[in-house]
Amino acid sequence: MKRKLALSDEILMQVEKPARYIGNEVNSVMKNKEDVDIRFCMCFPDIYEIGMSHLGIQILYSMFNSWDDVWCERVYSPWVDLDKIMRDKGIALFALESQEPVKNMDFLGITIQYEMCYTNILQILDLSQIPLYAKDRSENDTIVIGGGPCSYNPEPIADFFDLFYIGEGETQYRLLLDTYNENKRNGGTRREFLEKAAQIPGIYVPLFYEEEYKPDGTVKGRKKLYDKAPDTVLKEIVMDVSDTHYPLKPIVPFIQVTQDRLVLEIQRGCIRGCRFCQAGQLYRPVRERDVDVLKKYAVEMLNNTGYDEVSLSSLSSSDYSKLNELLEFLIGYCNSRYINISLPSLRIDAFSLDVMGKVQDVKKSSLTFAPEAGSQRLRDVINKGLTEEVILDGAALAFKGGWTRVKLYFMLGLPTETEEDILGIGDLSNKIAAVFFDTVPKEKRVNGKVQIVTSTSFFIPKPFTPFQWARMCTKEEFIEKAYQTKKGIMSQLNQKSIKYNWHEADVSVLEGILARGDRKLAKVILTAYKRGCLFDSWSECFHNDVWLSCFEDCGIDMDFYTTRERNEDEIFPWDFIDCGVTKEFLLKEWKKAMNGETSPNCKSQCQGCGANRFGGGVCFER
Amino acid sequence: MKIRIKFAKYGTLKFIGHLDVMRFFQKAIRRAGIDIKYSEGFSPHQIMSFAAPLGVGMESMGEYLDIEVNSITSVEDMKTALNETMVDGIDVLSVKILPDSSKNAMASVAAAAYTISYKEGNFPIDDIQQKLADFYAKESIVVTKKTKKSTMDMDLKPGIFELKMDKPLNIPSDIDSDGDKQITPVIYILVDASSSGNIKPSMVLDAFCAYCNVELEPYSCQITRLETYTRIIDAQGEEKLVPLEEAGHE
Repeated sequence: MKRKLALSDEILMQVEKPARYIGNEVNSVMKNKEDVDIRFCMCFPDIYEIGMSHLGIQILYSMFNSWDDVWCERVYSPWVDLDKIMRDKGIALFALESQEPVKNMDFLGITIQYEMCYTNILQILDLSQIPLYAKDRSENDTIVIGGGPCSYNPEPIADFFDLFYIGEGETQYRLLLDTYNENKRNGGTRREFLEKAAQIPGIYVPLFYEEEYKPDGTVKGRKKLYDKAPDTVLKEIVMDVSDTHYPLKPIVPFIQVTQDRLVLEIQRGCIRGCRFCQAGQLYRPVRERDVDVLKKYAVEMLNNTGYDEVSLSSLSSSDYSKLNELLEFLIGYCNSRYINISLPSLRIDAFSLDVMGKVQDVKKSSLTFAPEAGSQRLRDVINKGLTEEVILDGAALAFKGGWTRVKLYFMLGLPTETEEDILGIGDLSNKIAAVFFDTVPKEKRVNGKVQIVTSTSFFIPKPFTPFQWARMCTKEEFIEKAYQTKKGIMSQLNQKSIKYNWHEADVSVLEGILARGDRKLAKVILTAYKRGCLFDSWSECFHNDVWLSCFEDCGIDMDFYTTRERNEDEIFPWDFIDCGVTKEFLLKEWKKAMNGETSPNCKSQCQGCGANRFGGGVCFER
Repeated sequence: MKIRIKFAKYGTLKFIGHLDVMRFFQKAIRRAGIDIKYSEGFSPHQIMSFAAPLGVGMESMGEYLDIEVNSITSVEDMKTALNETMVDGIDVLSVKILPDSSKNAMASVAAAAYTISYKEGNFPIDDIQQKLADFYAKESIVVTKKTKKSTMDMDLKPGIFELKMDKPLNIPSDIDSDGDKQITPVIYILVDASSSGNIKPSMVLDAFCAYCNVELEPYSCQITRLETYTRIIDAQGEEKLVPLEEAGHE
């Protein structure tokens, strides 16, 4: 029997990739809406192919649907072609499973993975016909809840959300939904539900607070509009990641998506403490998943999906203590079944090269190093514990093994960066090329050459990092730095072997503003959306001039958020959120950075960041 | 061992393109635990070939793909295992073992039968039965085919083996979400579908509409492939079209 689709054949035949909008994929879940108490729509505010590649939604989708009283569905951003048709015809945005309007659901949960999706959040709300501002929503409107890394500084978009769930979703959603049910049964109002929700650990209700500012525009404090709202919100975290929900039957899309393979999450958190990295602080402490559990999951999930490729997911995968055992198991299991293993970026050493040689075509694959900075001095500032020696030794080993392609990742605009550091990028690229010519005799060189691809991105200071105090460069400074990098590379002996790529500067500046923004930015985001900004993370859709005019017309000074020097005692818009790591620790790290001092990783010596208060993980291992 | 799988594709699945259907079957075969053969080389792939790609928007009751396997328990087992891993809108209809000498699915295709139904009910063409008969009785049905470089006149008539109005067949694809069966008559057409002379049913429909001086809204018709045929010479020495599945046995 045919499922009734929300869009007519005529519309679906006109749009690019109609499969984005029809649901019905393998392992998607259909329920009878009469049989459930709560309908939850999970959203990734970007196109289907990006959203379907996200592990977090698969975890929560699977967990929610394992509960009999809940039906969880999905929605993604309609691409610009369908967006226009829906606006012209007044079609309400719908969930993929039931094909019913999102506004019929109890909850709309939006995962916020990057700042450049903020206008897409407004598109989702707008097309769903849900009032954009939380304060304008009435009793029967869907409750809009945000989560994901950007919810650690929710203030720029706080006005658009009823709730934020700070931290890992596995722990408090059941309580939140029970609270909702109970409130509904007792005839409670929306406001009463929000009041009760605010008492749940990890839940933040923006409506209950007002941000107050000093005359200079910085945050003075937060005024509570509901006296029982908590002063701070501590992130939620799963301490035993081996004994928690995992999606053993993930949805398998029909069309090719960005991450078109099985994903095994091996650990959460990172021991490294790179000072620019937000994820490295937000997800502390490191918690490893048991290797036997992972082996069992891999087999079961491959059977349930039919995927021909499996990949491992984590930060700094080489630090997973049982990586060797896990990879050996996977290689043994997958090889005889024609299943590929896609390796995460590993620290280059004899072990990883051996594994890479077993699972990929050496001639076709490339090695990746992320030194992030061109000189040892600057690598010490950012606490990236990767030395030139390690890189060159790794490269030599790899060249001997037959690899001829190397990718290098750097950042430009890091705190304390000088011209010397920038020129170091070309130097290091050149030295790697030289290692190739020294290591591989002429007669053994495949095609006679080595290919070094050097890429730079622009450094964007993020909340909850030691660099949250840092000044961010202007667009002009960024472009000048990229130019210097290029010049530095061009002057090298082996410049013909080096290809240089750099990132757009405009979008980095905007990302920097939104990342450390406050509530004043909500009106800029809304204005930009109303003037047509959408899919800002897609270079073909990004209109910097429109954004600039929005800042100007809203009377918001962009430099306040980017180039302004921040004092040590400044109250940040995100200070009321507690990610476990203390502000004192971050400040200590910031000062060490300024002195070029490094900090050891969590496994070698505890730095007292504060994450041990969660009572587990690497903090309590010996 | 060569295996021929017949399947139906309808409902929401009509929006899934040919390459994605291939990818779907590659995964389904893994889920079903079928002992499929892989090609040699550095990136081995499943040995699988489809008979005739189906355009996006069309439904079908007679799609075919051939695979090679190392072993099977029984064709019945394979059909059950596959159907357990299908989604709504794809049903495996039959699984047959092919003689080793048989041609692959694509090379075997000689003809295909389709129905064309008007989604809103009756075709907005008066006296359609007579008009269709008159149209088919013409000596030639010349249409202009546009290619990238030029336009070309083409006579459809020799490739149309049968054309008539028919009663609705009430195949799964015609049953709507309320469980209502379609009751209005449909156009039935049997055309050449070989690689050299393939005729799209939409070309015939367009020519017929032009003949009737009627312009139909885009996407107002649903085209459903009913069956894909191969040509055999029977015991009496006569050429005959038979469904592709008849080349195989249980």
